[in-house]
Amino acid sequence: MSAPLLRVEHLTMRFGGLVAVNDLSFIADAGAITALIGPNGAGKTTVFNCITGFYKPTEGRLGFLHGDAGLWDDLDRLTARGARALRRPAGRLFLLERMPDYLVAQQARVARTFQNIRLFPGLTVLENLLVAQHNPLNLASGFAILGVLGVGGYARAERAAIEKACHWLEATGLIARADDPAGELPYGAQRRLEIARAMCTDPVLLCLDEPAAGLNPREKADLNELILALRDGHATSVLLIEHDMSVVMEISDHVIVLDYGIKIADGAPEEVRNDQKVIAAYLGVAEQEVERVHAEVGL
Amino acid sequence: MRDPQATAALSAPLPRALKDAAFAALLSLGLFLPLVGFDTVTNIRNELILQTRFGLLAVIIALIAAASLVNSLVVAPWRARRALAEPKPAGRFAGELAKRFPPIALAFVFVYPALVLTLVGFQGSTKWIDNFGIQILIYVMLGLGLNIVVGLAGLLDLGYVAFYAVGAYSYALLAKTFGLSFYTLLPLAGMLAAFWGILLGFPVLRLRGDYLAIVTLAFGEIVRLVLINWVPLTNGYAGISGVPRPTFFGIPFNASDDGFAAVFGLTFSPIYRTLFLYYLILALVLLTAFVTLRLRRLPLGRAWEALREDEIACRSLGINTTTTKLTAFATGALFGGFAGSFFAARQGFISPESFTFMESATVLAIVVLGGMGSQIGVAIAAVLMIGGTELLRELDFLKHVFGQGFDPTQYRMLLFGLAMVLIMVWKPRGLVATREPSAYLRERKAIGRDLVKEGRG
Repeated sequence: MSAPLLRVEHLTMRFGGLVAVNDLSFIADAGAITALIGPNGAGKTTVFNCITGFYKPTEGRLGFLHGDAGLWDDLDRLTARGARALRRPAGRLFLLERMPDYLVAQQARVARTFQNIRLFPGLTVLENLLVAQHNPLNLASGFAILGVLGVGGYARAERAAIEKACHWLEATGLIARADDPAGELPYGAQRRLEIARAMCTDPVLLCLDEPAAGLNPREKADLNELILALRDGHATSVLLIEHDMSVVMEISDHVIVLDYGIKIADGAPEEVRNDQKVIAAYLGVAEQEVERVHAEVGL
Repeated sequence: MRDPQATAALSAPLPRALKDAAFAALLSLGLFLPLVGFDTVTNIRNELILQTRFGLLAVIIALIAAASLVNSLVVAPWRARRALAEPKPAGRFAGELAKRFPPIALAFVFVYPALVLTLVGFQGSTKWIDNFGIQILIYVMLGLGLNIVVGLAGLLDLGYVAFYAVGAYSYALLAKTFGLSFYTLLPLAGMLAAFWGILLGFPVLRLRGDYLAIVTLAFGEIVRLVLINWVPLTNGYAGISGVPRPTFFGIPFNASDDGFAAVFGLTFSPIYRTLFLYYLILALVLLTAFVTLRLRRLPLGRAWEALREDEIACRSLGINTTTTKLTAFATGALFGGFAGSFFAARQGFISPESFTFMESATVLAIVVLGGMGSQIGVAIAAVLMIGGTELLRELDFLKHVFGQGFDPTQYRMLLFGLAMVLIMVWKPRGLVATREPSAYLRERKAIGRDLVKEGRG
């Protein structure tokens, strides 16, 4: 049975007087695809930014686990101790809200993509994937000191990194364009490259922010397959923000619905699809409802 | 399918060209009449009198009218014809040239002093090796160093001269006080400059773009003002003289019995020191170029370029942007410090006047003109800018044309600005407008500069 990987507890994010996310709690399971859906402005991307360390939450706790589920019992102790992470032989427990963004990626290994694609347009496709492997490569080059002198095993490390990049380029169907600048790729390919780049960091949790935006139906079908392959073939858990129901309902194991920063539904895709509150949030209030209200106010 | 506008330009009629020329002449008359046409001079009784220079004014206006005529009769039709012609595939010749140019240029730089010596002889060649060779190479080195900060990491630094000054004063003060040799102090001065680079880096890490530029500009001025005002240490405006000169690995370049000339059985000549300095700065330039080239292919250099492209994406990939920026500042400052200590050793005298904002601006102009991130571009731009301004000193024959009072070097800034404008119109992304990828799978394709970002700090 799958265990919780990410525990979001009472997450609140305020920007001045605006409450973008209000007391949100949910659990994302290891090895599952969890979807976060909701109308525009519901606070989905804010949740993402809190999880990946780009925002510091106003309130709340974000527990993240590598390894044995028994470590969750230590969560309160870790919180009380004021540390960022707990290391045990059985695994590691992180408090993401205490970590800066780059450490979330580097140590907790939470990778993300962006709603408006953020590639390195002037670098080639291959270079984009090598930048993603910066930390292991930088270590192999002795923080550039050994690398400049030409000693140490950097060449071997770089060959391995290129091999890994090729693996992901093949998985995303971009291998033919490896030496082209990323900015020259068509839109759909840029989306796939961003996923490949995130996967090159060997993530435990991959956060995809609207990966299907702007894709045509065939590309969407390919994307579904790719995301399922990440879950099944690479044991990567996925947290997904998406508007497109054909993607969400088909591949998600678990759906959380946000509206105005508040969770309004949480469950399997089937349950959520038939939830009255969700339908109201997405489609507005039903026609009869409007008539009833009109009658009440005497119109 | 001819573009009607281009066709019209192709058959530019003479009356229209004349009309354009007349209009240009009129415009320049209005502009230059107060600027050039009148001149105020103080006469022998200390009175200010107005003189007219209508002759010169006429020459300038005639030149402008002629340029306008040439443009509409020759240049515009030629451009129109070219626009109509089929776009040619990128010339193979240009590709070959780009591949062959660096080794040829390098070979030329190595034989340049020998060439000068044979052409000009011992007497006249000091000027050519010192003013042209060494001076240009110092700026190549500064350009390569700043290129790391501005070109690769995309951090606009207007105070680069501060590190140059730190290097120069570190060498001068330590050499004079402790009598340490140039070869001990060169790395030490570099490291001190790198330390100041990190010190500058910390407060400006949060700033981006224009704000970063302003703070680095202020940093450069602060360093200069400290050098002026901390008189007990730096001797203020008077500067530090008698800075020890570098020796030939322990053998001094002087006329004494154990001097360089005597030891090697040569007749004494100051040219040996100049030659030695030339090859010393050449070695330093090659070291800078080599290290930068290596760094670009290492994860650190790639992270610099990624930082220039998109800082937020870098952070999402687990790159510590703070240390990455600091290493860029430190590495750039390190080479600036090397150049500074060489400068102090070559001059034998330094003062705050050598480290004004103008120097920072010149080095930045070299980097931008060369094409940000391109090493060979920076080298070419340094040759053009520094060699060009030095060449102005050689144009003595212009005195016969414009009269004895004419000094071409006074037009340095004017020409400098004009050259900048022209190159930016002609090649807005600098002389070398492509980026070489640092790693490739099948073939190395140069990337057009329109895709490469300039960085927002």
